[in-house]
Amino acid sequence: MNKSLKKLLKKIIIAALLFLAGFFPLPQTWQLLLFIASYLLVGSDIILKAFRNLFKGQIFDENFLMSLATFGAFVLGEYSEAVAVMLFFQIGEFFQSYAVNQSRKSIAALMDIRPDYANVRRGKKIVTVSPEEVKIGETIVIRPGERIPLDGTIIKGSSTLDTAALTGESLPRDVAVNDEVLSGCINLTGVLEVQTAKEFSASTVSQILDLVENASSQKAGIENFITRFARYYTPAVVIIAALLALVPPLALGTFDFRDWGYRAITFLVISCPCALVISIPLSFFGGLGAASRCGILIKGSNYLEALANAHTVVFDKTGTLTKGLFKVSKICPENISKAELLSLAAHIEALSKHPIALSIREAYGQEPDMAVISSVNELPGKGITAVIGADNVAAGNLKFIQGLGIAVKENHTPGTAVYFAVNQKYAGCIIIEDEIREDAAAAITALKTEGVSQTVMLTGDRSDIGKKIASAAGIDKYFANLLPAGKVQKIEELLKQNADLGKVIFVGDGINDAPVLARSDIGIAMGGIGSDAAIEAADIVIMTDEPSKIPSAIRIARKTLRIAKENIIFALGVKFLVLGLGAAGYASIWAAVFADVGVSVIAILNAARALRLHKNC
Amino acid sequence: MKKTYKLENLDCANCAAKIENAVKEIEGVINASVSFMTQRLTIETEADLDEIMTKVKKIVRTIEPDCEIIF
Repeated sequence: MNKSLKKLLKKIIIAALLFLAGFFPLPQTWQLLLFIASYLLVGSDIILKAFRNLFKGQIFDENFLMSLATFGAFVLGEYSEAVAVMLFFQIGEFFQSYAVNQSRKSIAALMDIRPDYANVRRGKKIVTVSPEEVKIGETIVIRPGERIPLDGTIIKGSSTLDTAALTGESLPRDVAVNDEVLSGCINLTGVLEVQTAKEFSASTVSQILDLVENASSQKAGIENFITRFARYYTPAVVIIAALLALVPPLALGTFDFRDWGYRAITFLVISCPCALVISIPLSFFGGLGAASRCGILIKGSNYLEALANAHTVVFDKTGTLTKGLFKVSKICPENISKAELLSLAAHIEALSKHPIALSIREAYGQEPDMAVISSVNELPGKGITAVIGADNVAAGNLKFIQGLGIAVKENHTPGTAVYFAVNQKYAGCIIIEDEIREDAAAAITALKTEGVSQTVMLTGDRSDIGKKIASAAGIDKYFANLLPAGKVQKIEELLKQNADLGKVIFVGDGINDAPVLARSDIGIAMGGIGSDAAIEAADIVIMTDEPSKIPSAIRIARKTLRIAKENIIFALGVKFLVLGLGAAGYASIWAAVFADVGVSVIAILNAARALRLHKNC
Repeated sequence: MKKTYKLENLDCANCAAKIENAVKEIEGVINASVSFMTQRLTIETEADLDEIMTKVKKIVRTIEPDCEIIF
């Protein structure tokens, strides 16, 4: 609690005691004096502000309206009500400030990943500077327990890193020389020397902080609705209050200004739309915070709102539903043994950097003997020929081997097939497959539970591979053989089909699908941490590479929106009810105080639930 | 051009909404947003920023006198 809030609390307590003392059976003047003392103690600030704002032409200022209501109550001889209005108004203000501070603090703590300093090696000395002052290519030293200040590559040392702040992943990660490290991680065990690759402002930690801090400036439609509503609500209520005080007593000819004045006062007390104006942004703020605690960074409240209306979720295949890591799944030799074929394959691919070559060498598990390899000729995208020992070996796709005039037995196993020939004779093939992510199927099931009607997969791969992955994950529809432009076209078709049904979400890894991310209603980049393009192009960034975060995000969005709607219905319902009763003469000032302060407190408590929604992931 | 400023001592949600509305109506401002929760003002404009900020300062002083814009 800050200083001014503490001061306000003290004032409220003393004023409340004075107010209660006023109800003791004392002479009337004593009672009145106690009430006035209580009123001035708790209300003088409000009255001062009211005058100050009045001179600036702010008639519909809440301070002025509260002052006016309480003056009116005093004039009507409703002393205890006058004090109560002021006292409870301040209690409401106190509670609001307290709740807002608490939730600001809990988000700030969550985002406490900003590194305070960097140790830079300059000459022979190590100097401590602020991270902004470090240039690209400088060497920084990170000791155990320190936070990595800038993105870079390890040039000396090895350690384990706590990446929980970035990815939500609790398992520490082992790193060694040549590994890339991201700012925001905590170095746990060894001393690391890192060559910086980016300036601080472009480093991961800055990007994440910017994204989260700016998220609440992109408002949801429901927030804008409330702001617009608030603009008209106060003037409308005040005008009706004025009419209520003057018109009926004159029109009816009763000149009963006391009764109608009382009714007008109940209106003034309910004239502040505070409960709504504060609780709706508070709910969204809590929802965004809860999502980032789950490793889901959402760029704006508007996307949270859109997520809640998700109808179709479209996945990219490679790197999103699958790991994007290739693995040898089958070896089909022809006239030689499996081990011989694998050995030949590893040798012919020994110098290639293609992911397929890497997966074959990994399956071989030994270092190829470079001495036996000669005359290597690689034709990118097609194949390789080389001399291994005394044999002429060729490896490549079906067309490549057939093009050499060799008869090939085509293999129909789903996956990417590499065909081999030894001395112009077919020697078999090796099938390489991408692995599906462990939680892909569970994520699709969870999406259905969350009410998503359709799941779609897009891939540039062959149809049989697409079919296999789609059925393993439980995806409704898949489209294969798509070039990047074809993916954009498919998204456009889906957007057209779903225009009236709900939002279309696209989930990709953000590496080469930026146009699709941008074109869809909501673009989600998965495992996007460390990739500038992904953070730039996507509306939502999932820090880990688990597709199961998507149903979690939708669940948080739905619950946040539900809380916001509950607050709108509850707050407006009670206000209009009491306004109606007040106009008819059935609501006391006490009821109006409840409709103002009580509703605020309840709405804020409800909104605070959004902060705890991270338990949904 | 998009710029973000911190609004210190922005204590009232309704005032935040009022400031947002008033800033949006300044000539030359394409879009503006005040986030009560993060106490931030975001302005998008193609016009002269200094000139606009003088007007913004005036608006803030009128609506919430305790509030200060941090540059």
